[in-house]
Amino acid sequence: MPGNILPSEFLVQVDHQRCRRCKRCILNCGFGVFDFQNMTTADSSKCVACHRCVTFCPEEAITIVPNPLSFREHSSFDVDKRKAIWKQAQSPGMILTGMGTELPWLNVFDHLLIDACQVTNPSIDPLREPMEMRTYLGRKPDRLEVEKTDGHYRAVNPVENCIELDVPIMFSGMSYGSVSLNTHKALAIAAFRLGTVMNTGEGGLHKELYPYRDSIIVQCASGRFGVHSDYLNAGVAVEIKIGQGAKPGIGGHLPGEKIGREVSGTRMIPVGTDALSPAPHHDIYSIEDLRQLIYALKEATGYKPVSVKIATVHNVAAIASGIARAGADIIYLDGFRGGTGASPAVVRDHVGIPLEIALAVVDNQLRTEGIRNWVSIIAAGGIRSSADAAKAIALGADAVGIGTAALIAMGCRLCQKCYTGNCSWGIATQRPELTDRLDPEWGADRLVNLVDSWTLEIKEILGALGVNAIESLRGNRERLRALGLDQTTAEILDVKPAGM
Amino acid sequence: MTRRLLRYSTSSRQACRRGFKMAKTAARETERRTATVDAAGVYYRELNELIRGLVGEGCEEIVLNGVNGQRYIADGLTDEVRIIINGVPGNDLGAFMDGPVVIVNDNAQDGVGNTMNSGKIVVHGHAGDVAGYGMRGGKIFVAGDIGYRVGIHMKSYREQVPMIVAGGKAGDFFGEYMAGGVLVLLGEGSDERPIVGQYLGTGMHGGTIYVRGEVSEAQLGREVRTFPLDDDDLELLGGLLEEFASDTGIDVGDVARAGIVKMRPFSHRPYGNMYVY
Repeated sequence: MPGNILPSEFLVQVDHQRCRRCKRCILNCGFGVFDFQNMTTADSSKCVACHRCVTFCPEEAITIVPNPLSFREHSSFDVDKRKAIWKQAQSPGMILTGMGTELPWLNVFDHLLIDACQVTNPSIDPLREPMEMRTYLGRKPDRLEVEKTDGHYRAVNPVENCIELDVPIMFSGMSYGSVSLNTHKALAIAAFRLGTVMNTGEGGLHKELYPYRDSIIVQCASGRFGVHSDYLNAGVAVEIKIGQGAKPGIGGHLPGEKIGREVSGTRMIPVGTDALSPAPHHDIYSIEDLRQLIYALKEATGYKPVSVKIATVHNVAAIASGIARAGADIIYLDGFRGGTGASPAVVRDHVGIPLEIALAVVDNQLRTEGIRNWVSIIAAGGIRSSADAAKAIALGADAVGIGTAALIAMGCRLCQKCYTGNCSWGIATQRPELTDRLDPEWGADRLVNLVDSWTLEIKEILGALGVNAIESLRGNRERLRALGLDQTTAEILDVKPAGM
Repeated sequence: MTRRLLRYSTSSRQACRRGFKMAKTAARETERRTATVDAAGVYYRELNELIRGLVGEGCEEIVLNGVNGQRYIADGLTDEVRIIINGVPGNDLGAFMDGPVVIVNDNAQDGVGNTMNSGKIVVHGHAGDVAGYGMRGGKIFVAGDIGYRVGIHMKSYREQVPMIVAGGKAGDFFGEYMAGGVLVLLGEGSDERPIVGQYLGTGMHGGTIYVRGEVSEAQLGREVRTFPLDDDDLELLGGLLEEFASDTGIDVGDVARAGIVKMRPFSHRPYGNMYVY
């Protein structure tokens, strides 16, 4: 009997007329699709459609197409469900996957429209007039205090102990271990150049990145990998990671294969052992316990801002209120479309709620309680474009975090095979011959280009709205309208339907 | 350019001066580089600022009298300093600590040595839950009992091997998720409770747990088995328990005859076969 009854996802075709037998495809494929016996051969069953071979083939001799094999249609047991059953019938276990959910859940961002000025109030040309994009993350005072010095009244610094960002876009946490060191370097260099921050994720901070400390938020997650006093003090803030949008409520398992010498040194665990992050922090079973860790971190860092990252789940508004009251300075909301290096598909695809809805209810709850100024909100997990970023800010975010979009900028094709460690683009891998491919400067240039482009687009949106500061858009849902959303969802979002 | 708007680390001298002003009770002997602080009624934040100030000034030994629940003492300290605590310190004593020696002449509360990197904490009474969570190096000696979830996710790295020894008994989830290091439970005390609770070493994938006395199969996590002591164990325990005895006065005598059993995981990859791709 055959071991595998699954057909290949893609078919790889080599045009032997055009192929000049340079073998670049063999060198470039991280998944071992190609071989050479008198001519180039391809094993389609291994192909993940990452296009590395296509990109580097000098003769455009390679074509990758979806396997056109027809399945008997069935609206209930669709092809993906059948394939999952075949996989699990073949070998027992949870189906592992990478990146954010691919299921066609309703995307609220795609049902929100942004306002613009016409006649009755003037729009602003951002090319002619300055647009303020500066963003401060951290606790703001309850009221503005003014002091009189030398006969002049001055505001007492209202953003003391905040992190200052030049743009309201930052890079989300992706650990060194799940991604390569060169990926981390590219993110750090780009964050430095853009005047924003990158987040280390849970894998510690490689010593080569310590010079970028002013552009780094360090993370303290349940595994406490690489967490020590120097590390905690190596960034502008510390983030307690409670959960991740792609896998709310479950821990992380970085397989031993990815723990080589450098990752081992940064995570401070032996080479080749699995890095297991428990599902909860075992010193946090309540809001009071969270407060204890927040203040333990503040005591250990001379009172740096502390961020708390949570996945967006059903009761997110009450949880966020608890986090604000526990003393956090930043709440990082990771929506259920957020990416991951590895997650059971069932959790990634079915657990959590959309970022847009979570953002709206959290912002509302904190405003209702009069504590919105205690914390900054970062929205991440499903930010795909400058439009999403602008809409997220209008729904109540202080800034947005991008992870998947940043990786796509560096070549990622969303093949969702990060957990295999074979990433041909040198991103989600620790294989030296693959990681060498990603030049950190090249990656940083592309990240800077992307964020600069989005910033320009957001400025254009602000100009159209007739405002000249991102602060004027923050939480300004009056400038959003819903199209094609059901009434309940629009009410929860507190956004009027288009036409009203 | 991202920049921080406030300098977080005031110079130690300033902090020290402010600390003195706040507590008004510290007495110093600069010659011997020791200081005594009356911590009674001092808010934890002021107390810890005072301690950091004294350490920054070069104090080698600090005696804290009248401690009553102040949290985060010695939190994140990286200097070679000896802190003697008279009274009961609050939660997260020595969290993220990297180097100091802390002696508690009473009980300690929860979270002793949380994510500690190196140094030593000696508690002459009992200690609460979650001691040594994520601990990567150094030693915690507790003369009496310790609570639940002790030594969770302890891990070792190169020469850093964290060790916790308790003279008494422990609750459930002892050494859960443990990835490295050494836990020792000696079971002194007369009460009727079993020496350790349920789910010992659940999810354990590294390190060693030693327990003096009976541990039934039902108390063990699925990943853990019991093994007899070998020569390496005897050598390690000999040195460790001698140090423990000299610090706490609890001496079990000849290690080989003390009735100690060893528990280890039988896989370093307990979750290696959970997934399909």
